[in-house]
Amino acid sequence: MTAQQRIDRAAHRAKAIRRLFPHVMLWIGIAIIVFPIYFIFSASSHTSAEIQAAPMPLGIGPHLIENYRQALFEGTKNMGTPVLVMMKNSLIMALGISVGKIVVSLLAAFAIVFFNFPLRNFCFWSIFITLMLPVEVRIMPTYKVISDLGMLNSYAGLILPMIVSATAVFLFRQFFMSIPREIAEASQIDGATPMQFFRHILTPMTRTPIAAMFVIQFIYGWNQYLWPLLITTKPEFYTLLIGINRMMSGADVQIEWQIAMATTLLAMLPPVVVVVVMQKQFIAGMTETEK
Amino acid sequence: MAKQYEFKAPVLPYILVLPQMVIVFIFFFWPAAQAVLQSFYLQDPFGGKMIFVGFQNYSKLLVDPDYWQSFSVSTAFALCITISAMTIALFLAIQANKKIRFASFYKTMLVWPYAVSTLVAGVIWLFLFNPNVGVIAYVLKHTFHVDWQYLLHFDQAFFLLTMAASWKQLAYNFVFFLAGLQSVPATLIEAAAIDGAGATKRFWKIIFPLLSPTTFYLLVMNLVYGFFETFPIVHSITQGAPGKSTGILVYKVWRDGVINLDLGSSAAQSVILMLMVIILTIFQFRFIERRVTY
Repeated sequence: MTAQQRIDRAAHRAKAIRRLFPHVMLWIGIAIIVFPIYFIFSASSHTSAEIQAAPMPLGIGPHLIENYRQALFEGTKNMGTPVLVMMKNSLIMALGISVGKIVVSLLAAFAIVFFNFPLRNFCFWSIFITLMLPVEVRIMPTYKVISDLGMLNSYAGLILPMIVSATAVFLFRQFFMSIPREIAEASQIDGATPMQFFRHILTPMTRTPIAAMFVIQFIYGWNQYLWPLLITTKPEFYTLLIGINRMMSGADVQIEWQIAMATTLLAMLPPVVVVVVMQKQFIAGMTETEK
Repeated sequence: MAKQYEFKAPVLPYILVLPQMVIVFIFFFWPAAQAVLQSFYLQDPFGGKMIFVGFQNYSKLLVDPDYWQSFSVSTAFALCITISAMTIALFLAIQANKKIRFASFYKTMLVWPYAVSTLVAGVIWLFLFNPNVGVIAYVLKHTFHVDWQYLLHFDQAFFLLTMAASWKQLAYNFVFFLAGLQSVPATLIEAAAIDGAGATKRFWKIIFPLLSPTTFYLLVMNLVYGFFETFPIVHSITQGAPGKSTGILVYKVWRDGVINLDLGSSAAQSVILMLMVIILTIFQFRFIERRVTY
């Protein structure tokens, strides 16, 4: 082998390593993400006894369908609410929050951008300030408001306090400001009322930001935990995440891990499907709103 | 904006903002004001009799070692999450941003966990590390002979919480870093390469500075996440154990208010948290304003 050949070969090898490196690293990253979820899936296919006997078998066991059937229709011994009921609650909450936020924010942004009224700035800043008041920092007083209004254990209580969104108002405001005003003026000249302009011209133009907001807010709503934990005490109003928490409470031996893990996977499914299906809108929405 | 065309209607705009404003006032301003008010009172949980005590709720907190312990563990927790989630996500985003095959597959695989809730992340890692049934706990105990009892050892509990919280936050950081990297002009990097700058130098001298708005934004968002949004992880994995050592600030507000019914103290803690969020938000917007002229 000549010196030249050796140099060529080394260069070739270096190039191959450089080409492979990102793939290897990305696969490690994906493994970090996926490997825990595989174990959850595996656990949801075994019996309680197999899991309690630690270590549980690492393959997929024969009890998959049985466990998911029990989770969906029966729940666990310590938590008798079936997943189907909780899934309905989570869905109502997530849709209520996402759709509610979009509607309320569209209207507010429309008013703030297209009208000149004395309290415009006041409204804008009031909405802005909500950014600084997440639920986590006003737990007890908000709970008290809901309880005074008689909204404990109700969908209204789960949804209403969550449908203010400074982010959504900002996004729609920004988008509205980029629309040429001649369109609004022309619609007026043609005799359309402001609301007709809003419904037939503005909202259809805003399709893309609305879709982006929907993905983000649906996930936000579906994944709410602290709030439902505070205000739902009746099992028929449990959301999936609260249900998981209830299934996991109690001594380790009493936990029906296989059902809890099946429920965990089912709880992940809807938001993940939304993100994967609407990935493009979701990424655009995230990176545009937040800056 | 002043010269722009605007609709003329005296009442309509008020009707349009009404729903938003009603909710803002009932569910945000009113409770926030209540928290401030309540923080100056002592209330017995059953009779509801309120006694004005001035700053006593605050001064009690400030001399309470439990509170400072909670404060320092929250800070350490938020910092560890921020550093680990951001570093790993940036590294992966750089790899995924290279012109390689399957790039879009990799991106999807790393983006979707954004949809996983914080609670689910907690439950997943709780299951893997549960001393009795967890697969990883089993390996730790039997292969590495670790005395794995995270409910008894603070360092183990802290490690587990940090890992679960960072794992959940990877996708979020990945999305933003990737978007940031994609907006770095390719011509700039090519020019640097032609001038002889190696990959490392190109990264630190060109890409990283151009990425700094994204990095800063994520820094704030991760701190906010670490401080305020990790309640579900603590609630599911340790519930503050061992002792109260992993009871982060939000968890303590919840426990003191909901479980111990110490409303005055819980309110004072809420007000302190509000101040923290306000400072972080102002900090962030100040910076973004400056960035516009950058």
